[in-house]
Amino acid sequence: MGFLSYLINGLGLGSVYAIIALGYTMVYGIAKMLNFAHGDVIMVGAYVAFFALNTYKLPTVPAVLLAVLVCTVLGVVVEKLAYKPLRQATSLAVLITAIGVSYFLQNGAQLLWSSSPKVFPALVGNGSLTLGSLSVSYVTLITIATCILVMIGLTLFVNRTKTGRAMRACSEDKGAATLMGINVNQIISVTFAIGSGLAAIAAVLLCASYPQVFPTLGSMPGIKAFTAAVFGGIGSIPGAFLGGLLLGVIEIFAKAYISTQLSDAIVFAVLIVVLLIKPTGLLGRKLSEKV
Amino acid sequence: MKANKSVFSSLFGRQRRGRTVSILLVILAYIVLTVMIRSGNLSRLFQGLLVPICCYMVAAIGLNLNVGVSGELNLGQAGFMSIGAFAGICLSGRLAPLLPNTLLRLVLAILLGAVCAMIFGFLIGIPVLKLQGDYLAIVTLAFGQIIKSLITNMYFGFDENGFQFSFVANTTKLAPGGKMLLNGPMGATGTERIANFTVGAVLVLLALLVVYHIMYSKSGRAIMAARDNRIAAESVGIHVSNTKMLAFVISAGLAGAAGALFGLNYATLVPNKFDFNTSILLLVYVVLGGLGNMTGTMIATAVLVLLPELLRSLQDYRMLIYAIVLIVIMLLTNNETLKTWFGKLKAGKGAAAGKEG
Repeated sequence: MGFLSYLINGLGLGSVYAIIALGYTMVYGIAKMLNFAHGDVIMVGAYVAFFALNTYKLPTVPAVLLAVLVCTVLGVVVEKLAYKPLRQATSLAVLITAIGVSYFLQNGAQLLWSSSPKVFPALVGNGSLTLGSLSVSYVTLITIATCILVMIGLTLFVNRTKTGRAMRACSEDKGAATLMGINVNQIISVTFAIGSGLAAIAAVLLCASYPQVFPTLGSMPGIKAFTAAVFGGIGSIPGAFLGGLLLGVIEIFAKAYISTQLSDAIVFAVLIVVLLIKPTGLLGRKLSEKV
Repeated sequence: MKANKSVFSSLFGRQRRGRTVSILLVILAYIVLTVMIRSGNLSRLFQGLLVPICCYMVAAIGLNLNVGVSGELNLGQAGFMSIGAFAGICLSGRLAPLLPNTLLRLVLAILLGAVCAMIFGFLIGIPVLKLQGDYLAIVTLAFGQIIKSLITNMYFGFDENGFQFSFVANTTKLAPGGKMLLNGPMGATGTERIANFTVGAVLVLLALLVVYHIMYSKSGRAIMAARDNRIAAESVGIHVSNTKMLAFVISAGLAGAAGALFGLNYATLVPNKFDFNTSILLLVYVVLGGLGNMTGTMIATAVLVLLPELLRSLQDYRMLIYAIVLIVIMLLTNNETLKTWFGKLKAGKGAAAGKEG
């Protein structure tokens, strides 16, 4: 184990954070809300994948697709029922509602599936690729590859498609977007759908590395990914990737070289330092104040 | 006659009514609850919740000064409670052999908790208050996590040779008869439970007095001006960072005092008790009670702490129902149709009263 192998493991963990952070950053960019229930969508995705693989013995790909489908529907339904009526309300009211949704999902999961952790089945075995002294597990490689695919796909979607253009327009100026004939409500639904679908992919990747499924599974990765989104500049898609990857690498390096127990404190301390130097994150847009 | 009138208006005048109502409410609640305890009409479960409710109220009142009055979203209030709690527990544990009077020890612990939290509040406030909006919120969240993580790794004890401290790995070797005050992830164990409801109620009253004193003072008006329009406030000569720092430090101090009382109410306390969820819970009390409305905060705190207990008969479903209640309250209080309806009702009442007068 050396520097390079820590770096690759860090990128693996960071890839998961990056995919989760996308959900936060896209929703923030368009609906201007902090969706604290996003972490719990990950948890639901993990349970769906677990049952699909373990109980119904589906192959990996259909199981992941099923998880994506369920999470997408969940994300859209939650948005319609809980957040849409609050479009005109203060951001704090929406924040508290999101916290209510988070409690609801966690306690619902506890009722349905009990709080005892379930062991997630191995997806690709425990094999690893060895190059000289460097050894990287397949799970890490697949995670990084998935992150790259998601990054390319999402960038193309946002820049090249009509819906993507509409999304960018909504994040710039909702009023003007409406005047141009964009259905803002529909775009917000699409954003929640994409973010929640990505959460399901992140859930499977997370459980492939840390094979345990329990009702509060999404809390800590959720907070970390939220931090990553702010780190990169909340509202910025490339920022979420950069923030997620950096956060993962910093966390693994802190664990390897400084202290396992203090790794969380170090990650958050780095975030604070970055925000002091660049107050809107690494790639965030500068806030301009109007007098 | 004239003096009478001015006393009346200073108590019940439009501006100061909030303070008088909230203080009378606390005194009334204290009297009623004390009578109920004396006459044995209060269940044990409910009695056990009185001190925690007081603690959450004080911390939430402090948070409301920060979120409601100063307008800065703080997601790390539990961190300040944690500092206050463990500082208070350590002081009480150390003084136990020297100072048998538990009331004096409790007051000293609360004071130390408040002072420690205020010092940390000041240090954290320097970087935090340079930021704005959601970025400020995430940094308070980060500090809350850092505080939790640091306290989880602290080992602190004393024996006849003095104090011993170690960090990350427990290397303290206490002589026989020594006592561990902080034990890493296990937190504080074997704490003497010296907190009581009377001190809790007094602390709530003090918190209200402090917060209302600030709100009605010149600095309070400056804080609110800076909240409503930072640039306009600066242009009339208000030092915005200083006013925000005042609110932040007082808020932290109240959380620290609340934490000390909380810590001395339990025999064992783990650092994980004051995690992100606790910060969020306090924020829920503040938002449900109304921003800047201290009476509302107290009522929301009491109701939401009691709700899971009152729903105990529903067993496993109670936390699910708690979540649904939270969502439904937020949806109803922000419903445009209901708002206009209540607005009309109020306007109608006002007009009717005007006609009668």
